Amino acid sequence: MFQIRIHGRGGQGVVTAAELLAVAAFDEGLFAQAFPSFGSERTGAPVVSYCRLDERPIRTREPVMVPDAIIVQDVTLVHQVDLFAGLAPTGYVIINTSRAVSDLGLEAELVGFTGRVETCPATEIALEHLGRPLPNAALLGGFAALTGQVRLDSITSAIRERFAGAVGDKNAAAALAAFDEVASRGGARAHAD
Amino acid sequence: MLTQIEGSKAIAEAVARCRPEVVCAYPISPQTHIIEAIGAMVKRGDLARCEFINVESEYAAMSVLIGSSAAGARSYTATASQGLLFMLEAVYSAAGLGLPIVMTLANRAIGAPINIWNDHSDAMAARDTGWIQLFAESNQEAVDLHIQAFKLAEALSVPVMVCMDGFILTHAVEGVDLLDADLVDRFLPPFEPRQLLDPANPVSIGAMVGPEAFEEVKVLAHLRLLDALEEIPRVAAEFEALSGRASGGLVSGYRLENAEVAVVAMGSVLGTLKDAVDARRELGERVGVLGVSTFRPFPEAAVTDALGHVERVVVLEKAFNPGGRGVLASDVALALAGRSVTSVIAGLGGRPITRASLERTVGRAVAGTLPAMSFLDLNDAEVAAERARVGASEGVAR
Amino acid sequence: MTRVPIRFYQVGSFAVGNRLLEDEDRTVQSDPQRTNSIDSGHRACQGCGEALGARYALDAAMRATNGQLAVVNATGCLEVFSTPYPETSWRIAWLHSLFGNAPAVATGVAAALRVKGRDVRVIGQAGDGGTVDIGFGALSGMFERNDDVLFICYDNEGYMNTGVQRSAATPPAARTATTDAVGPEPGNVFGQGKDLPRIAMAHDVGYVATATVADLHDLEAKVERAMSLRGARYLHILVPCPLGWGSASSDTINLARLAAESGIFPVFEAEHGVVTSVTPIRRRVRVEEYLKRQKRYAHLFGTQPRLEVIARLQALADANIARYGLVNDETTNATLED
Repeated sequence: MFQIRIHGRGGQGVVTAAELLAVAAFDEGLFAQAFPSFGSERTGAPVVSYCRLDERPIRTREPVMVPDAIIVQDVTLVHQVDLFAGLAPTGYVIINTSRAVSDLGLEAELVGFTGRVETCPATEIALEHLGRPLPNAALLGGFAALTGQVRLDSITSAIRERFAGAVGDKNAAAALAAFDEVASRGGARAHAD
Repeated sequence: MLTQIEGSKAIAEAVARCRPEVVCAYPISPQTHIIEAIGAMVKRGDLARCEFINVESEYAAMSVLIGSSAAGARSYTATASQGLLFMLEAVYSAAGLGLPIVMTLANRAIGAPINIWNDHSDAMAARDTGWIQLFAESNQEAVDLHIQAFKLAEALSVPVMVCMDGFILTHAVEGVDLLDADLVDRFLPPFEPRQLLDPANPVSIGAMVGPEAFEEVKVLAHLRLLDALEEIPRVAAEFEALSGRASGGLVSGYRLENAEVAVVAMGSVLGTLKDAVDARRELGERVGVLGVSTFRPFPEAAVTDALGHVERVVVLEKAFNPGGRGVLASDVALALAGRSVTSVIAGLGGRPITRASLERTVGRAVAGTLPAMSFLDLNDAEVAAERARVGASEGVAR
Repeated sequence: MTRVPIRFYQVGSFAVGNRLLEDEDRTVQSDPQRTNSIDSGHRACQGCGEALGARYALDAAMRATNGQLAVVNATGCLEVFSTPYPETSWRIAWLHSLFGNAPAVATGVAAALRVKGRDVRVIGQAGDGGTVDIGFGALSGMFERNDDVLFICYDNEGYMNTGVQRSAATPPAARTATTDAVGPEPGNVFGQGKDLPRIAMAHDVGYVATATVADLHDLEAKVERAMSLRGARYLHILVPCPLGWGSASSDTINLARLAAESGIFPVFEAEHGVVTSVTPIRRRVRVEEYLKRQKRYAHLFGTQPRLEVIARLQALADANIARYGLVNDETTNATLED
């Protein structure tokens, strides 16, 4: 089982991102489960959603306690919430920022972590392709490049399935751009290196 | 067709395939996505011959369905929590009048303190209404139970409440196989009401009954509800023959073979519980799970049969009666008179029930160290501090 | 039925014999062809205004709908006295669920009939408690959605079924068991209560009317008018209650008439929030003539009559007369009996 936790703020499509990821995995023949952290949070409040992917039916209903990957949709959450709680030591982290990982001051929070941390300027990509600062679709493209858990074309078809017409096309383009961005940087980088 | 779909939307699709004729609801979290989806289907014309009515309260929602069902229309609503309590008087009335209404209960805690998250307190508050209460373990089962619910309700002329965990199931996106409409049509014939408000054959429905007959009327309703203990497995078997899926029924056992300890539970926690039991089985412990799908009428014989050989029974449930014990635990203890039944209350107000905690609980049950009643993952220190602050006696009654 | 304003007045009574009316306007209680919605043998008190009002309202509705009618009844006297299981006095399709939900249940019946394509009309009915108090939310919802229901309130100005307690339709100074009936001021206070016809008008429903059991042809005509329309409609009928009002069983019709003729109970029709007709007062009486025949006002007429309270009640009646224009050139003034 591969477990993903997505952190962001209300209004950034955090729940939608988990659902799109689940649909993309489902389209590849995996079992997938996506669910929100069930808050009544308003726009701008920190929110969390979860996604599980597996080759076997998924029975558990507990929140994702030990994520294999963490997607951070809003960099202002860094140092504000416990983003990396339970993170598998060899897992993945992708953070929405145009800055480099080394500029974020995460060393203390990621002690012992030997997995991969990558940043992705998803908001800038979204502004370019959508004209709106909605980073979720782009980050899914980056996630696909970073983890290889789902294919990019599954992500883009899930996006188009959810959002008809131009909106779907633009979000798919943002996912593609972010995928290329993360992949072009040599794809995954080991944080500990 | 297998679809990756949100639980609420899947329920809406399933209900639509049952061809409801009147749907009436008042919005409350976490039920909203269900009625939004059905309302949209009605407006788009996908649901032919269906009236979707927005009302001013849950009390009105159930009351509208009392009228529509009595006038011969297949009638559906969904609610949760405070909404169920607000309509409770009408919930009793629907059962008393023998109206086969189907309602989704997106299980949610009851305030005060106000809380929108999941537990089963709302369903327990409707325990004695005379409705059939079914609990779904997954969205697949919730979908299947809704289709069975209309058939059950109309066969027995008794209303049916399908309970599914709020947010945990209603808002989860996962794979669900939605039965094709023609299969549902084959399974569920058009509604033929037992009594009908009809000028061509005028009857008085809802007369006043005095002491000379009230007890008999109530016993007849009780017996009809007990009839459901035979009808439910029959409907589930027919559904399985049609869909190839075992969904619903009275109870379902998991790894109960030669089990010394069994955990009895309802709803979506069964999935996590099965994972926890698998882990404990790997340690060599003889443990199993009994899922209760039909809570009312309570399947006492089925529970006794399933747990006949089990020495120690733990009842894990998301509600309790304050000043007493677990509600399901009391039912199970009565069924298993003389056996050790311990009550574990978990997941109140949406507190996550983790596999790790469940594994610990099962371990304690095997070791025989589980108290008669306990609360999973309770912050004992906080409770003790508050008790001390207000000058209550030390310790927490457990 | 056409409405014929009756200008005839016989001394001591406004009743007009059938023989003085055209055939089609006669009241034909004994006609074997006449609909009998509520059968004899019900358990209402002698002189029950509600039983009379319900019978005439529903019979008129049955005629207007050619018998295609379903009725939803709230809990209350009308429900209790008509359906002591296993007996029923109803000869029509009749459904009772709860005290506070009759408007919503009626909405549901109407929705089912519409979806089933059955041209059956729906009436919801309740006493004043089931209308202005406990059923008010459901009624407001039914009005607001413009559901295809005629809702009838049989207003006897209190919770008579449970032993005469105050409702929001209990008038000022009237004594009930909860106003509270002790000391020198056992009556209801001034400045409270709901005027449901005006509240209904504020919902902009298609038809609102008031009537009393003193003018049954007017009541029948209003039911017929209501059943000729679709959408939410409201009919408020004043039905004196001998038990709760402390009046003689034989005085029910007379009291209903005095309520109208004093201006205490204005009789009018409104469509979409605008008054379209009023029943003018023919022989205006002072409120004392209405009040003193009821024990619930007896505390106003002791050895020292409470003239200031009576004056306030007269002012309320006068305000109704002014608001609805209930006095015209043909109105005569009765002299006070003394």
